Amino acid sequence: MIGIVGYGSYLPRYRIKVDLIAKQWGADTEAIKRGLMLYEKTVPGTDEDTITISVEAAKYALQRARIDPQKIGAVYIGSESHPYAVKPSATILIDALGIGPHVHVASYEFACKAGTEAMYVAYSLVKAGEMEYALGIGADTSQGAPGDALEYSASAGGSAFIMGKENVVAEILFTNSYTSDTPDFWRREHEFYPRHAGRFTGEPAYFKHIHNAGKNLLEKSGLSPKDFQFAVFHMPNGKFPQEAGKKLGFTKEQMEVGWISPWMGNTYSGSSPTGLSAILDVAKPGDKIFMVSFGSGAGSDGFIYKVTNEIDKVRDLAPKLRDMLDNDKIYLDYGEYAKFRKKIILNE
Amino acid sequence: MLNEMKSRFAGKDVAVIGVGMTKFGELWKKSLRDIFVEASLKAIENSGVDHIDSMYVGTMSGGLFVGQEHIGAVMADYLGVAPIPATRVESACASGGAAFRQAYFEVASGHSEIVLAGGVEKMTDGADVTEALAAAADQEYEVYNGITFPGLYAMIARAHMHQYKTTREQLAHVAVKNHKNGSMNPNAQFRSPVTLEQVMKATMVADPLRLLDCSPVSDGGAAVIVCSVDYAKKLKKPYVKVVASAQASDTIALHSRESLTALKCVSVAADKAYKQAGLKPSDINFAEVHDCFTIAEIVVTEDLGFFEKGLGGAAAENGSTAIGGKIPINTSGGLKSKGHPVGATGVAQIIELYEQLTGNSGERQVKNAKYGLAQNMGGSGASCIIHILEAV
Amino acid sequence: MISPRYHREIPQRYRLEAGKCKQCGNISFPPRLVCPKCKSKSFETVQLGREGKILTFTIIRVGPDKFSKETPYVVAIIELNDGVRLTAQVSDCDVDKVAIGDKVKLVFRKIQDEGKSGLHCYGYKAVLT
Repeated sequence: MIGIVGYGSYLPRYRIKVDLIAKQWGADTEAIKRGLMLYEKTVPGTDEDTITISVEAAKYALQRARIDPQKIGAVYIGSESHPYAVKPSATILIDALGIGPHVHVASYEFACKAGTEAMYVAYSLVKAGEMEYALGIGADTSQGAPGDALEYSASAGGSAFIMGKENVVAEILFTNSYTSDTPDFWRREHEFYPRHAGRFTGEPAYFKHIHNAGKNLLEKSGLSPKDFQFAVFHMPNGKFPQEAGKKLGFTKEQMEVGWISPWMGNTYSGSSPTGLSAILDVAKPGDKIFMVSFGSGAGSDGFIYKVTNEIDKVRDLAPKLRDMLDNDKIYLDYGEYAKFRKKIILNE
Repeated sequence: MLNEMKSRFAGKDVAVIGVGMTKFGELWKKSLRDIFVEASLKAIENSGVDHIDSMYVGTMSGGLFVGQEHIGAVMADYLGVAPIPATRVESACASGGAAFRQAYFEVASGHSEIVLAGGVEKMTDGADVTEALAAAADQEYEVYNGITFPGLYAMIARAHMHQYKTTREQLAHVAVKNHKNGSMNPNAQFRSPVTLEQVMKATMVADPLRLLDCSPVSDGGAAVIVCSVDYAKKLKKPYVKVVASAQASDTIALHSRESLTALKCVSVAADKAYKQAGLKPSDINFAEVHDCFTIAEIVVTEDLGFFEKGLGGAAAENGSTAIGGKIPINTSGGLKSKGHPVGATGVAQIIELYEQLTGNSGERQVKNAKYGLAQNMGGSGASCIIHILEAV
Repeated sequence: MISPRYHREIPQRYRLEAGKCKQCGNISFPPRLVCPKCKSKSFETVQLGREGKILTFTIIRVGPDKFSKETPYVVAIIELNDGVRLTAQVSDCDVDKVAIGDKVKLVFRKIQDEGKSGLHCYGYKAVLT
């Protein structure tokens, strides 16, 4: 049996309500809440970035996995906000957590699905027998240009998954990917904010890739939506995943637990992985989880997990996602948020 | 026992025979070397000596403040005394005291007859002063994490307030008293008195310390001429005698200290100094202490043995440390009001002792002063230098 | 932060590695070559626990240039449960509500940036628990 042996998530404590962003730009708050189903989002502290978020998430994953960090043979962090353009994020992580130095490390980038790609490769390396454990992480401190629709959703957080063969808490039954060159969203080298193609990001990009990956995954597995207790999809906002899931035949109830974007925002590479984390916090042995990510550019990764008896032993060994999402929040006003996100022009 | 201690430390008896200093403050038109040379020329003239054999210059950070190191040579050159030996001495904010101590040793040992001990700092040339001063703390384990010097003393203040119920008002009383003294010192940077209310409402710098709890950023220089008592007698000029010179060190990081409310370097150096001089704290008539922040004066006056531990704040409040009080502290205005051009401070303290002990302090004169103590401190208390001078 | 200087402190700043004296058991953080308690020169490397309490603290309102955009921020002296003391910022807090005795844990955070193009420098900060 191969799958997740330890998982952990981390969300910053800071939040901004979408009302304040809408007010700043004279937008219709109610229309945004209704149209995008977004209420508030996480904001990283000025001392937090993809690396610090990954370290905290991976620390919790290690607490749950209860393994010697030295046994981890690979660490991949997927993000579109790696603090360095050139210098791997995970070298810092391994030295912080006592992993390695005999370890494979790289930074992954594939817009919002770099995290699930990291998970997939970690899983595959264990499956190939190359190593006992591998760590895949999706984390981001996402940027959205001021006044752009993305500003309502771009948030911060991440999740880490240790893949292994022993004491598996969620077995990975099937995986797949569906990818094409679809220019819906990008950020050029040296640019601060990403650009996107407006409504083209919807049907031809997000919905097409999620649907085809999801449909193919169901066919590959021979399972149907009713065989699953939970489903989670990439959450660029509150509305899209609900629609994508519904079209594949999943119910609101199946998606409820992993649907965290209305209060978390879009943590990009950490989006569907963090939804998965919220599901693992409550799933029961035998439950099946359907997961499809999406990354602009564009592609979707699909995973089917089956929760094992081990889950009950590990879920209380680290903080739970809903607790981090619902408690100890520090709300920022727009000025503080603009300062935190370095949107104010300063002298060097 | 006392005599044994004394004989072990002392060679020749050492005297201070002349002093000179610049005004402390923002000296926009004067460079680091101008300031030092001005103070030194005054000291040489004041002493009446026709030459000096050697010199020491206390400077905390010529490198960070103005990008100049090799200060000994620079100053000997511009003072026009090259090729005599000239050495820069550094012990952070205690650099001036350390320079004086080296001059004392050189004369006591008989190695030189007349030695100049000076100190200088030029802090207003645009350097990041907060960062430069922070170099006197543990760069890797304090400063790296964002602490500043006001912050370090603020942590001492908060711990002292927590442990001994020292009040915010008591801190303010130190500033009020020192500004009052400084208003009578023509060389002081701030010659304006401040009220308790002004201190209590000043801009917060590092809670609980406010702007008026902090010594200012200053330019300034100070110099004294040191020789043997025998030589001083021949000159037939007023002189004072150095009866103790002591120094101690402690952990560089505040967090590693045994206590966060006591400065061990002060009590250890004081103990040595009192033994050398054969004196008790109660024998001291007045003292210049290192009030880089108001809390420092409170803690230091306790650790010098002037007040019971925890009662330094009350002493500032009830007038014990004012001129005319039980033991006047910082009659010059202290670092707080006179100014704190870091490397010059320790030497300027010696100058105040000299002026008081020779009866030249004008309206801030302490009556019948026989013994004066100067306490100069580096960093958050990682080094301390104490001298006791006696009127003759 | 110049790279070699940053690099050599990584074990301490990232993982809280300390030196435990083999003779008297005193723990030095950062590690030292001579035990300040018993003068022994023999140590073993240990990793400090991350939980402790605030002994004293300040709120920095005027910071050095490097931290001037972070003000106000709290810096505290923290005593870890194993007795070791260190100086760290207290992050994610209402600066006016921190108190002596507050329980904290150390987390991995970015401490400073070396300008716009230099290194990101990481280490430990405390958060209230």
